[in-house]
Amino acid sequence: MSVAQNQAAEAEKAQFFGYLVEFDSVDEVMHAAERVRDAGYTKWDTHTPFPVHGMDKAMGIKYTKLPIVVLGGGLTGCLGALLMQWWMNAVDYPYIISGKPFWSIPANIPVTFELTVLFSALTTVFGMLAFNQLPQWRHGVFASERFLRATDDKFFISIEAKDPKFDAKKTADFLSTLGGGEVEALEE
Amino acid sequence: MAGHVDAHNDNWSIGGIADGVSRIGIVLGVLGLAAAGFLGFAQEGNTEHFYSAWLVNFCFFLSITLGGLFFVLAQHLTGATWSVVVRRLAEVVASNAWLMLLLFVPIVLGMKTLFPWANPEVVSGDHILEGKASFLNQNFFLIRSGIYFLVWILASQYFLRRSTGQDETGDIGTTLSMEKTAAPITLLFAVTVTFASFDYLMSLEPHWFSTIFGVYYFAGSFLCFVAFLSATVLFLQGRGRMKAAVTPEHYYDLGKWMFAFTVFWAYIGFSQYFLIWYANIPEETGWYYVRQNNGWTTLSWIMLIGHFIIPFLGLLPRPIKKNPVTLGFWAVYIMIMHWLDVFWIAIPNAYPNGIPFHPLYIACFLGMGGLYVAFVALGLKNRSLVPARDPRLPESLAFENA
Repeated sequence: MSVAQNQAAEAEKAQFFGYLVEFDSVDEVMHAAERVRDAGYTKWDTHTPFPVHGMDKAMGIKYTKLPIVVLGGGLTGCLGALLMQWWMNAVDYPYIISGKPFWSIPANIPVTFELTVLFSALTTVFGMLAFNQLPQWRHGVFASERFLRATDDKFFISIEAKDPKFDAKKTADFLSTLGGGEVEALEE
Repeated sequence: MAGHVDAHNDNWSIGGIADGVSRIGIVLGVLGLAAAGFLGFAQEGNTEHFYSAWLVNFCFFLSITLGGLFFVLAQHLTGATWSVVVRRLAEVVASNAWLMLLLFVPIVLGMKTLFPWANPEVVSGDHILEGKASFLNQNFFLIRSGIYFLVWILASQYFLRRSTGQDETGDIGTTLSMEKTAAPITLLFAVTVTFASFDYLMSLEPHWFSTIFGVYYFAGSFLCFVAFLSATVLFLQGRGRMKAAVTPEHYYDLGKWMFAFTVFWAYIGFSQYFLIWYANIPEETGWYYVRQNNGWTTLSWIMLIGHFIIPFLGLLPRPIKKNPVTLGFWAVYIMIMHWLDVFWIAIPNAYPNGIPFHPLYIACFLGMGGLYVAFVALGLKNRSLVPARDPRLPESLAFENA
């Protein structure tokens, strides 16, 4: 294969996002998700019009690492606030206020509390966006016309071609055994 | 479907546990109270310790009762579903209010020993106390207490009876009427708890005042109640009761309540301290001055670190709140801390020279605690442990944190 052909093949491959299957009910998509999970796929997702309790377990999704990141954010806000007030009130511009010591912790607590909350909250929001790789302007599943009903009354499972276990034929065969509708190939 | 619960094979009857627990509790209670009476009155000079120890333990068990009443009120006010499986336990705990009325009698008898304002010779000539005498006097104190207990007993009996009645009828109207009454009762609850905390705890140093004091006592009360509720649930489950009804999802919510009220308690406690510290007015700072001297300093630090920082960090991780062993540990820990908190509020002004370590505190605790637990067990005896026909029960059984 020439370099140009290689590039063309690469480009074609990059445009092929993966497969999409449609289901009619929560139970169906839940059982299908369990089977996809057990088959060992990792780059796949379910799409439902509403949150489905127990889906995380059915998909084998591990609990998010976000709380640890938020703890880091909170501690940063807490210690940063104390450091800032210590520097401002006790070092850079010592000034007696109501006869209190230059650096008096009780007076610093409201600001410390607020900055802890603020940093935790901002870390939660931005950490959530980062872990979800958002914002994303385009997603492979949008190629499907049927997928519009994922916000209405249909349930979907998509498996990405990037998945290490993905095989154009085997995966398609596997998906067709899940009891959903026809397997749709997604071309971006 | 996930969260499906086999409620039919679940044991929702306390059965033999009630007899065992109430027997042990009553024996312990009688022995404890007898020991307390003996220690307090057999010898000269212990009377003051007796009444102090009684007050601390009375306020401790009262706080659990009131926390239970608020729990029931809050669930009805919000139409909560998750909590239906544990609401019956809260209803029974709250209905111990009548027991608290009996346990209140020694406080009436010891009023002059406990409360400086009840002594005319202390009040006369004291400008501040003379000014407060129209409120802080023996008759009005008794009238107010009568009103508090009337509200608490009627409210707790109302919810317990309606809810138990619904077990028979399955009438949705019962739920609706309880939700409607919950709103005005919450108002009465707020007023009575605030003034009760003023009367029983704040007026121990009658010169001092803090408008946030009622909220502080309420915060500790609800915190301690949720800890007590968690411990009760885990105890019953350890003996094969309501095992399928209460799941780690419910533990998680109980743990969240404990965490939230640990923070809320600290927030209110600090708010009270902060304003007094900043303004630095002698008539306000005196209350804290006593608690920062002569050995009370240690207990004040235990309040900050042991009642806030340690449980804050300890209850932070999610798996801790979902595991019955760790949740049970924190429940017991928090009850101990709350007892110390009530002790820290009630005792220093009478004993400014140091922490009184006296066996009467233990005797009163065991005595009252024995009776308290015994009557919780007896209250559950002929009732379903779970509101069996509450319209929200199926949702509560299948509850999952989103």
